[in-house]
Amino acid sequence: MTTPPPSADAAPGAAPPTGCELQLMVLDVNGEQHEVITEPRRTLVDVLRHDLRLTGTHVGCEHGICGACTVLLDGRPVRSCLMFAAQAEGAALRTVESLAPDGAPTEGPEEGPEAGAQAPPAPGDRLSDLQQAFRAHHALQCGFCTPGFLMLAEGFLAERPDPDEAEIREVVAANLCRCTGYQPLVAAIAQCAAARRAARENRSAQRKEL
Amino acid sequence: MKPAPFRYHRARDVHGTTRLLAELGEDAKVIAGGQSLVAMMNFRLARPAHLVDIAPLRELDRLGTGPGGALRIGALTTHHTVETAPDAVLGAGFAVLRRAMGWIGHLPIRTRGTVGGSLAHADATAEWCLLAVTLGAELVATGPDGERRIPAGEFFLGPYTSVLGPAELLTEVVFPRPAPHAALTEFAERKGDFAIVSAVVDLDIEAGGVRGGRVGLGGVAPVPVRVPEAEAVLAAGGSFAACAAAAAAAADPPGDANGSAAYRRALVRSLVERACTEAAAGTAAGNATRKAVSR
Repeated sequence: MTTPPPSADAAPGAAPPTGCELQLMVLDVNGEQHEVITEPRRTLVDVLRHDLRLTGTHVGCEHGICGACTVLLDGRPVRSCLMFAAQAEGAALRTVESLAPDGAPTEGPEEGPEAGAQAPPAPGDRLSDLQQAFRAHHALQCGFCTPGFLMLAEGFLAERPDPDEAEIREVVAANLCRCTGYQPLVAAIAQCAAARRAARENRSAQRKEL
Repeated sequence: MKPAPFRYHRARDVHGTTRLLAELGEDAKVIAGGQSLVAMMNFRLARPAHLVDIAPLRELDRLGTGPGGALRIGALTTHHTVETAPDAVLGAGFAVLRRAMGWIGHLPIRTRGTVGGSLAHADATAEWCLLAVTLGAELVATGPDGERRIPAGEFFLGPYTSVLGPAELLTEVVFPRPAPHAALTEFAERKGDFAIVSAVVDLDIEAGGVRGGRVGLGGVAPVPVRVPEAEAVLAAGGSFAACAAAAAAAADPPGDANGSAAYRRALVRSLVERACTEAAAGTAAGNATRKAVSR
């Protein structure tokens, strides 16, 4: 903890780092600013899990194949194992903890994680629409890949609100799931898209009536 | 695994970056999207002592037209930006690039991975490297001594090796002319994997007929290559099947765990014919081929 954080001005000719080289980073995660002092070699997924204790994001293969670590960076799905946390400074990050605001472990004064564990809320009422669709369609079994698939689908639907089935199949191919056989994932994402579309049409119809 | 320690530098401008790279020497690596480099660092296949992050050089994230119908792509443009570029920016003349993006990894890779990073990484099967070589692109690099333009055909020296010097920064790739009748296709065991063989065909079509074209292959040599023998067949008015056969005969692919030489040659034949057909789609030449095939 004694090494000053290097900057672009760090003496470039200096010997390559041998031990623990620390750096201050400010990360915007789920709408909150976090200051982290860590090594520049720390990947984003490791900072999310170990430094910020946001363990919803899972780490699998660490080379960009499995997609378990998928998070949103400025709204777009990215592999958090394939970037260093230092590269995420200045970007807005979203993890699976942001999907259902009530489910975030740091929120809800009378309902912390302990309280939640003792008295589980009624099924579904702390899940986002996408998470509910995953639950309704059994789009998960062991759950290891689920946070990655949720963030992949959330980012995808934000950009393509009306995807056809072929597009959904193409996008879920980005992540690995060894339980479901993918069909329930496709059905869940399609149903979530359809429900959001119906809600949009409802809102615009109501606006017209006014 | 976790990467070996390194010192992180954030670039401020292109010239400062090349100066910094010159001071740091061979032990420094430029990082853009990092979609190949971070995976290699996680496995400690790459252990740079210094990492220079060029993401702050936003002026390199641009996509626009140049003189003579050229397309200029800044090095930090992501695959996803190309994939979603509107027609006004990427007209019919370069739709081949937009369609080719679907072959690069998956959506979360394409949102981070950059055009310049892919070219500088110089993977022999990378889509951008093959597109650049086949479509005659020019690569623009800035070094301590200024800027130089390198024809894509001279840029790649071998697997993961290019003519870029340690202090040079790839800033832009220029596709000099539209390629309205071009297509990329490839084969991998799983969609999104590195291609075992990839093919690009860029046809010259006049008055509904094929007058010639360019044929490029990835995965058959240490660098992406043009195949003059197959191009000669197109120029002589030969069929797409004959062009594909000539490409397969000319190719001298390596054999490895991903496929024997004979298997790769068979892939060349299938993929070149498929790329020809896709490149001609929507033209009279393409319609004639489709009829011939359906008969």
